[in-house]
Amino acid sequence: MRALVAPVAGAVGFVLLWQLAVWARIADPILLPPPAEAFAETWHAFAAGTLAHDTWRTVERTGLAFLIASAIGVPLGVALGAAERLYRGVEFVVDFFRSTPASALFPLFLILFGPGEGTKIAVAAFGAALVILFNAAYGVINARRTRVLAARIMGATAPRILVDVLIWEALPQILVGMRSGISLALVIVVVAEMFIGSTDGLGHRVINAQMLFESGLMYGVIFVAGALGYLLNLGFLLLEKRFVHWSGR
Amino acid sequence: MTPRETAIAIRGLRKAFGGQPVYSGFDLDVKRGDILGIFGPNGCGKSTLINMAAGLLPKDGGEILYDGREVSEIRVGYVFQNYREALFPWRRAADNIRYPLRRMGLPKAQVEARLTALAERFRVRFDLNRYPYELSGGQQQLVSIMRALAVEPEVLFLDEPFSALDFETTLALRDLLQRVLKDLGITTLLVSHDLEESIVLSDRLLMLTRRPTTVADDVPIVLPWPRAAAALASPDFMALKARCLDVFQRAVAA
Ligand SMILES: Nc1ncnc2c1ncn2[C@@H]1O[C@H](COP(=O)(O)OP(=O)(O)OP(=O)(O)O)[C@@H](O)[C@H]1O
Ligand SMILES: [Mg+2]
Repeated sequence: MRALVAPVAGAVGFVLLWQLAVWARIADPILLPPPAEAFAETWHAFAAGTLAHDTWRTVERTGLAFLIASAIGVPLGVALGAAERLYRGVEFVVDFFRSTPASALFPLFLILFGPGEGTKIAVAAFGAALVILFNAAYGVINARRTRVLAARIMGATAPRILVDVLIWEALPQILVGMRSGISLALVIVVVAEMFIGSTDGLGHRVINAQMLFESGLMYGVIFVAGALGYLLNLGFLLLEKRFVHWSGR
Repeated sequence: MTPRETAIAIRGLRKAFGGQPVYSGFDLDVKRGDILGIFGPNGCGKSTLINMAAGLLPKDGGEILYDGREVSEIRVGYVFQNYREALFPWRRAADNIRYPLRRMGLPKAQVEARLTALAERFRVRFDLNRYPYELSGGQQQLVSIMRALAVEPEVLFLDEPFSALDFETTLALRDLLQRVLKDLGITTLLVSHDLEESIVLSDRLLMLTRRPTTVADDVPIVLPWPRAAAALASPDFMALKARCLDVFQRAVAA
């Protein structure tokens, strides 16, 4: 209960500052509508079911991209980490594409996947997969050497060491990678929804609201997108606490 | 069932790191059932020696044979100095101890029987169904020792097993360990930084010099077993300790 006091106070303070800025007429009311108006417009959009649909589409795309990224990134990262020599060989390529802004890849993926759903999900999955792969590989590479030796002396073969020690040692880092991966996937999906022939999704909705001068709604959608990113991150933090209960102890 | 007692024969052992030799033609024989203490200054190669003997580190030359067999052909146990990094924190203490037994392919009933027997032998009074991080340091190292002894090893390796524990815990674990090792007659190589501990726990103490490593002294410790904490004050113990200190000052620290 007490843990909630500070965040709630922060949020209330933020809305209050916003209201003060409106009263002080710092900006044109069309650019900066009062918070109550933003709230009302967002509420209407939700009540009409359209914003809920857009939110769901974004969640769907992000989730799908994340699942594909994890299905590729985790096994490949673990395998590369276990074969460290091999990882050093591909490390530069992984690092390079990990550092490349995903938005720069849209034209290329548009050629490969066409202007439909495929491109949005593929770019997001690509970006997230690299982050997940990189973290999984480093998790395995940084596995505690003593533990590997202990397993070996107890008669574990190399494949058993991978399953019984290396994957567990890497698990905290794998979850960190997944958390960063899903955040990145959300970022890419929202950008893709803005600019790549979309008819739904939060990205589409926010740019539409801007073009129609529905600024109250625009702020509302931005906050929905923010809440989504925040909740995804929080969910993963809780997952990490639960599944790597031994971490740091 | 007690494990078969196995003698160790090391011949012409060689090992170098980056061209710097640690061992160049090292010989050693260990009698069956003996506890061999290995004492020497930092970096003289104590861990290197037992890691090569345990098959964790490749040797450059020479041979280490157990009753004529390679280390891969015998059952060994190894207790690491850092129990925090040696136990599997994602497994409960009991599952840590079961692990080597499962790797041996023992049927479930036998695994449980051995676990129970070990817990009795070591008079375990804490809950083995806890995770290692829920146990004290001494309890964790005890779990490591039980895990190493679970397979009924022919040879046991201990690399400074008590150096991370406080004095009281060390005394308690020393008592337990010597009783069990002598009961089972397991040939043991024990590396220790603590001269007193090396004497108390060994049948024979090997004192090593700085690199290039040679044997400064090979001291038979003829004190009766078991050696309780009171043995630390006996005249025989004092005499042995004085001799070892003398060797240490002349050969090791020189
Ligand atoms: N992997 C390695 N690469 C290079 N040098 C090493 C390596 N392992 C050990 N050495 C060197 O070999 C020597 C012996 O190391 P070892 O760990 O066996 O010493 P030790 O007697 O166990 O020391 P300590 O009392 O500090 O545990 C040391 O000088 C160390 O620097
Ligand atoms: Mg050492």
